[in-house]
Amino acid sequence: MKVVIENVEKKFVDSKKNETLALEDINFTINEQEFVVLVGPSGCGKSTLLNIVGGLLSPTKGQVYFEGSNDDKEPTLGIVFQDIALFPWRNVLENVTFGLEERGVPKKERAKKGQHYIDMVGLTGFENAFPKQLSGGMKQRAGIARALAVEPDLLLMDEPFSALDAQTRTILQEELLTIWNRTKLSTLYVTHNIQEAVYLADRVIVLSRHPGHIKKIIQIDLPKIGRDQDKYRQQFEKYADDIWQLIRHDAEEALKEV
Amino acid sequence: MANTSPNKTKKIIKNRVAFLEQKVPAYVSVAGITGILILWELVCRMNIVPPLFLPAPTAIVTDGWDMISSGELFKNLFASLYRIAGGYTIGAVFGIIVGLILGFSKWADAIFTPIVYSIYPIPKIALLPLIILWFGIGEMPKVAIIALGVFFPVLINTFSGVKGVDPSLIKAAVTFGSNHFSVVRKVILPGALPTIFAGLKLAAGTALLLLVSAEMIAAQYGIGAMVLHYGNLMITTKLMAGVLILSFLGLTFNRALQWLERKLIPWK
Repeated sequence: MKVVIENVEKKFVDSKKNETLALEDINFTINEQEFVVLVGPSGCGKSTLLNIVGGLLSPTKGQVYFEGSNDDKEPTLGIVFQDIALFPWRNVLENVTFGLEERGVPKKERAKKGQHYIDMVGLTGFENAFPKQLSGGMKQRAGIARALAVEPDLLLMDEPFSALDAQTRTILQEELLTIWNRTKLSTLYVTHNIQEAVYLADRVIVLSRHPGHIKKIIQIDLPKIGRDQDKYRQQFEKYADDIWQLIRHDAEEALKEV
Repeated sequence: MANTSPNKTKKIIKNRVAFLEQKVPAYVSVAGITGILILWELVCRMNIVPPLFLPAPTAIVTDGWDMISSGELFKNLFASLYRIAGGYTIGAVFGIIVGLILGFSKWADAIFTPIVYSIYPIPKIALLPLIILWFGIGEMPKVAIIALGVFFPVLINTFSGVKGVDPSLIKAAVTFGSNHFSVVRKVILPGALPTIFAGLKLAAGTALLLLVSAEMIAAQYGIGAMVLHYGNLMITTKLMAGVLILSFLGLTFNRALQWLERKLIPWK
């Protein structure tokens, strides 16, 4: 099953009737088992786009749809939020199994599946901890487990590691790749971090500002695992630099605005 | 080099904010209250204040004991407890339900919030004559006035608690398949719970105030009626016994709510 983003446009109208064109003419496809990363300077509408794909915002034009599904069941989405959004009143296990609970999965099966994904993200032993008792990195592990637990047809990640410190982020990026390799979920990942984009993506979609539109789509032709090895360093840097050159001007403009 | 002069002055850097984490032994609070009681007793024993104006603690306890053994105290206390428990429960339950509805539905909010805010500032005791007209002079008007006084602060706190729920949590719930009812029950209600409890605690004070006022105005039994009765008879010891019961009642009420809060909000 692939996800098609077709002619998507988003206009925001503020209280004074001023219109802002946030996204224009967005067209791309996320293929089955593909990891697509949206990268762009701040204000390019990448989070807006992710929200539209996630069904949390409606586009003013165009549509997003799943194609090639054989059965009638609604496609499932799993979202990992930038601000994590774990329920403070639920412990880790209850948070991770929330989506299953809402789907009416029986309790025993929920616990089993929840445990499986808690183990996968490395939170074994913290099933009964409340989010408040966890560090930032552990909270986001729980957030990822919650999204994986519903076994989504499309996994959406909105700058999931941007609130974490650099060391934790590096570790979680590595772990995410390992997890992805086991689950092979179609993924749309938003970041402003170019290194992260090149490290994770099958394809990088570079967005530009005013209005947000696709500047370039870059296929990363490196093996999925071990891109940080020495032998790929040159190619890795080349990709990163290409993307930076595409974004640089926009990023500088963005700085002047604030 | 540094060790060549043996009596080199050594300056240790001390924690200059140690006063922030001073430990006070537990008995200090007990000693404080005991001290006040002893002082009070002494003032009365030395006849500095006439016993009519300020009876001695021992006299209050003795007369209070008489009231307990004659059953008078419990008769009045149970009448009061019945009213406050009934009124508080009704007011709190309706306050929470209506607060959730107003917070969740923009339509209900637009229609009812102005009405709520125009009734809220009325001192509820002013409505007692009207409520007596409606419900007669039985238990109903007292329960109703307490319920009314509890309803508004609970409603308004619930409402603002609902408005304060992190929208990203609602988004998360919807993303993972929650319907509207589930969102209210599993996200908005627990998310608003800390604020709801602030309202419940605020309303506890209001409830006690209204209980005593209503009983002073229109009741045969009850702590409020009892206090007024002994005031009229100028029996200050028994009056003070009633006042102490009220203090104890308020304290217990607050403790019970705190206990419930800890039970219901373990994640805080």
